[in-house]
Amino acid sequence: MTTTFNRRQTLALGAGAISLAMFGAVPALAKNDAEEAIKKFTGGKTPVQGKVKLDLPEIAENGNTVPMTVTVESPMTEQSHVTDVMIVADENPRSAVATFHFSPASGVAEANTRIRLAATQDVIAVAKMNDGSFFIASKQVKVTIGGCGG
Amino acid sequence: MASKPRIKLDKKEAKKGDLVEVKALVSHVMETGQRKDAAGNTVPRKILNKFTCTVAGKQVFAADFETAVSANPYIQFKFKAQESGTVVLTWTDDDGSTIVGEETITVS
Repeated sequence: MTTTFNRRQTLALGAGAISLAMFGAVPALAKNDAEEAIKKFTGGKTPVQGKVKLDLPEIAENGNTVPMTVTVESPMTEQSHVTDVMIVADENPRSAVATFHFSPASGVAEANTRIRLAATQDVIAVAKMNDGSFFIASKQVKVTIGGCGG
Repeated sequence: MASKPRIKLDKKEAKKGDLVEVKALVSHVMETGQRKDAAGNTVPRKILNKFTCTVAGKQVFAADFETAVSANPYIQFKFKAQESGTVVLTWTDDDGSTIVGEETITVS
């Protein structure tokens, strides 16, 4: 069977391909194992956007040391608290950045450290609650001079 | 690792339930294991991979560091003041050695 496309069909096909490409881009096309790392952390559950706040500079001049603050909204009581927060960077040679462990004794789920970013990329934070739910946030950082290696 | 970590609590005396902020800086190369030296040999990985903070013997915060944490790692976090005691910060190296720093907190 041979199929020949007339002009109208070709256009429709093209538009379809474009919209497909755009949809494909929504879950960031990670180069490293960031997505698998998140899956492993959540045990296959899909984390919900919200509650997590990632504070990073929009432009990092030096990727060797980028200040990062992560805050998770939570009352931090025995009944409801954040247990772990995993940070991954999707274009570093290795996706894992750090994991923070909290408990009600922390009082507040907030931590700050300095991280290495090899290139312009998204930094993703996934928070695990004591009830087994997961929340996610991401922030893009433009890196002028990459960290890692050199 | 003889270097002494620099630790700062935002208050030495706190009321029960207050949030105390801890800032700590420690000297360490945090070698990623991906860098090559002048001869082209890979520099072996050597990082502080674990950090814990206990107050009066109870863990209040911990972190697992990976190679993407900057050299001379800085960490800032908070804990809820519950009882007076020693605030012990421990960093564990890849080679198993530890760097320990202490501060005291008085809770009224």
